[in-house]
Amino acid sequence: MSPHTVSAFDADLKTLAALIADMGGRAGRALTEATRALIERDAQLAQQVIASDRGIDLLQHQIEERAVATLARRQPMAVDLREIVSTMRIAGDLERVGDLAKNVAKRVIAIGDLPSPSTLAAGLATLSRQVGRQLSVVLKAYAERDDAAALQVWKADGAIDALFTSLFRELLTYMMEDPRSIGFCAHLLFCAKNLERAGDHATNIAETAHYVIAGEILAAERPKADESIAVAPSMRPPRT
Amino acid sequence: MIVDAPVQHAFSRDGATAVSGFAGPPKVVARDVNVYYGEKQALKDVNVDIPDKGVMAFIGPSGCGKSTFLRCINRMNDTIPSCRVEGKITIDGRDIYDRALDVVQLRARVGMVFQKPNPFPKSVFENVAYGPRIHGLANTKSELADIVTVSLQRAGLLEEVKDRLNDPGTGLSGGQQQRLCIARAIAVEPEIILMDEPCSALDPIATAKIEELIDELKADYTIVIVTHNMQQAARVSQRTAFFHLGNLVEEAPTGVIFNNPKDKRTQDYITGRFG
Repeated sequence: MSPHTVSAFDADLKTLAALIADMGGRAGRALTEATRALIERDAQLAQQVIASDRGIDLLQHQIEERAVATLARRQPMAVDLREIVSTMRIAGDLERVGDLAKNVAKRVIAIGDLPSPSTLAAGLATLSRQVGRQLSVVLKAYAERDDAAALQVWKADGAIDALFTSLFRELLTYMMEDPRSIGFCAHLLFCAKNLERAGDHATNIAETAHYVIAGEILAAERPKADESIAVAPSMRPPRT
Repeated sequence: MIVDAPVQHAFSRDGATAVSGFAGPPKVVARDVNVYYGEKQALKDVNVDIPDKGVMAFIGPSGCGKSTFLRCINRMNDTIPSCRVEGKITIDGRDIYDRALDVVQLRARVGMVFQKPNPFPKSVFENVAYGPRIHGLANTKSELADIVTVSLQRAGLLEEVKDRLNDPGTGLSGGQQQRLCIARAIAVEPEIILMDEPCSALDPIATAKIEELIDELKADYTIVIVTHNMQQAARVSQRTAFFHLGNLVEEAPTGVIFNNPKDKRTQDYITGRFG
């Protein structure tokens, strides 16, 4: 797109875009590291993730302040208006992703040294990887104004939900097998749910990106594959 | 996202189809309007339907033809000797360039408010009374006084000037003068009010009062406003037309023009990207 007659306006927009990229990078990293801390039972790394959330929150404040100031100063129209409004929305989503990562990290500390079955760890790692990829792809799509890539992310959220559902079933099975594992499994269940929620925020960002690029709100129903609400608690444990 | 192609006009030839979002047939219909100042073409094949009882905004850079088109609607361009208008403009289906049409009557039906407030060098009362008097709208002095009072009230000025109706109109503040000009325009019971940048010489408070007035007047009048203030167009109008280099580039509901225009030229203009 051709530059604005007022070049300072372009500078404002560039700064906002850079802040979003920075914030997105940090939120994604927090998520990855929180999961690694969970799988490797690394309390120190978990502490680092918890501490890093402050920086993400500060970035959100910075983005909101700058966006509001730009709205007031430039009275933007059309794509510019959508772009500035979108930075506020995306900053909100990324802030939540940061919080979810922090929550996973806190549970790492709560769980302590209790060993977890390796299949569970693998499942969580897969879920985390998938969410992290969705997040980085959608942020790239947003930055590059790639509507097709954003829509791809939007459509792929079902896969994350399906992963979560299978983890949910697995955890349920462990809890029924051995009631002593309930506390531990409940923590893991929340961790899985947090990762799944982070995926939903990536989907939100995909919707925002589509709104910026196409100028219309995605009206279609989100693809959903979270069937955990339909899993009956009386499910029998598999025979061993 | 941006379609850089000529806008397709899906107009009916006679303009009998309602503009979307409005119930009745359009008030003003322009078909293939070309305007020349001597050799220079100022407007090229303009087609537009202006809905009844609503506000339509014309936007575009200086020299794009928006004021020229506005002035076609009450044949103000007739006063410019080198100006030639081709094509057809109708109001309520009647061709306003018909030779049999009385231009004075036309201008009574189509009032105009200009960029700079231009009250007559007469009293506040006389400014408003002048039109009804020459058009014979009042039979008695008290009828005339009623018309003046009602017009000033409709223009939101009565409270401020009721104790100085005999003071010169030029003694009012700029914003008051502009509302006096609006009162003068509506005193002759027009159907259409053309406003050519009515707020560009006013401060923000006087501007807000005019915008408030436009909002009230649109229930009874068809208002066409030319403005350089994009936010103003977005605030006061229901439909917006963007002119560029004598072409009507895009005409749509105001929300569409300012949120998601289809033409790249519109997009560039409203986002401040024209070099």
